[in-house]
Amino acid sequence: MNTFLSRLNTLFAFSISVVAAVTFACFLTTHFLDYTQDVEIEVKKAIVKNMEEFYVGEKHDLGHLRFSLKANMTPVFNWNCKELFLYLMAEYETPRNKINQVVLWDKIINRGENAVLDLKKVHAKYYFFDDGSELRGKNITLSLHWNVIPNAGYLWRVKGRQDLGYTLPDSYAGSRV
Amino acid sequence: NIKMEMFDDFKRMNKRQVYYQVLNFGMIIASALMIWKGMMVATGSESPIVVVLSGSMEPAFYRGDLLFLGNDRSDPIRAGEIVVFKIEGRDIPIVHRVIKVHETHEGKIKFLTKGDNNEVDDRGLYKPGQLWVEKHHVVGRARGFVPYVGMVTIIMNDYPKLKYAVLGLLGLFVLLHRE
Repeated sequence: MNTFLSRLNTLFAFSISVVAAVTFACFLTTHFLDYTQDVEIEVKKAIVKNMEEFYVGEKHDLGHLRFSLKANMTPVFNWNCKELFLYLMAEYETPRNKINQVVLWDKIINRGENAVLDLKKVHAKYYFFDDGSELRGKNITLSLHWNVIPNAGYLWRVKGRQDLGYTLPDSYAGSRV
Repeated sequence: NIKMEMFDDFKRMNKRQVYYQVLNFGMIIASALMIWKGMMVATGSESPIVVVLSGSMEPAFYRGDLLFLGNDRSDPIRAGEIVVFKIEGRDIPIVHRVIKVHETHEGKIKFLTKGDNNEVDDRGLYKPGQLWVEKHHVVGRARGFVPYVGMVTIIMNDYPKLKYAVLGLLGLFVLLHRE
């Protein structure tokens, strides 16, 4: 009885040590890789409106974009990358705020799924409200980023190699995109 | 039988050895505390390791996963980061992604969060009247990840008697045995 318990104890401790070692190896072998990729972004249509923002109770500028996106994420995946969380971000500066960053669109790609992005003329997923009314004629920078979610390890946030500068329309639009 | 053998080591000890055992026990507790506090200083976070409690960040994080946090104040919070923050009046920290950032020319930052697995942003979760999360709400930012390991903490919290039993047995074991 005694040796059975002590054997069970040893087995258990050894299993835990092995799992920990393999997990650490997974992390170490993939931590220093280059996760960047080439990205092609194109804006097909953009409008700016001004309307009351939900919860805020104030009228703010609302941008709406239709864009195309091309990128091949397949080389980014490896045995330690279980998911890529991609997000398209618009950055710009206003008199009130030096830095504004708004996520317009996101996508989850799991390991094993089709990782080639070829989106044509898609609508932005999220509301592009400004913290004010400064979007007319604004120069914005659109960039694609992805968050590498490992099986175990560091949560890298990577920016695509290319980004796009775009100027929003000078005046408010009358109709939908 | 097993019970009697457990106490054999103890019976063979004299007073000095008993003191040694107690000191040994104290050393283990002190080391654990040092490591934890050391991590708090190194990462700048009041809680350098957190367990994921909800499924709002699936499929990236599941309930029971462990997150290693950092909180480097010189590195400002940017969109796409996963932050752990607390809402005033509520104990439980929330682990969600930053989807909007506005930083003034003076460096004052406010941001909006959303769980990957949620349809809408977190404005419905914030305190009534609160529209943004600010630096002082932030416990830390997720930097590293290990799956499943945090399940132990969740089970111990859901079944407190189990927690006391395990801690009690461990304590007894350390006090009574030579190594």
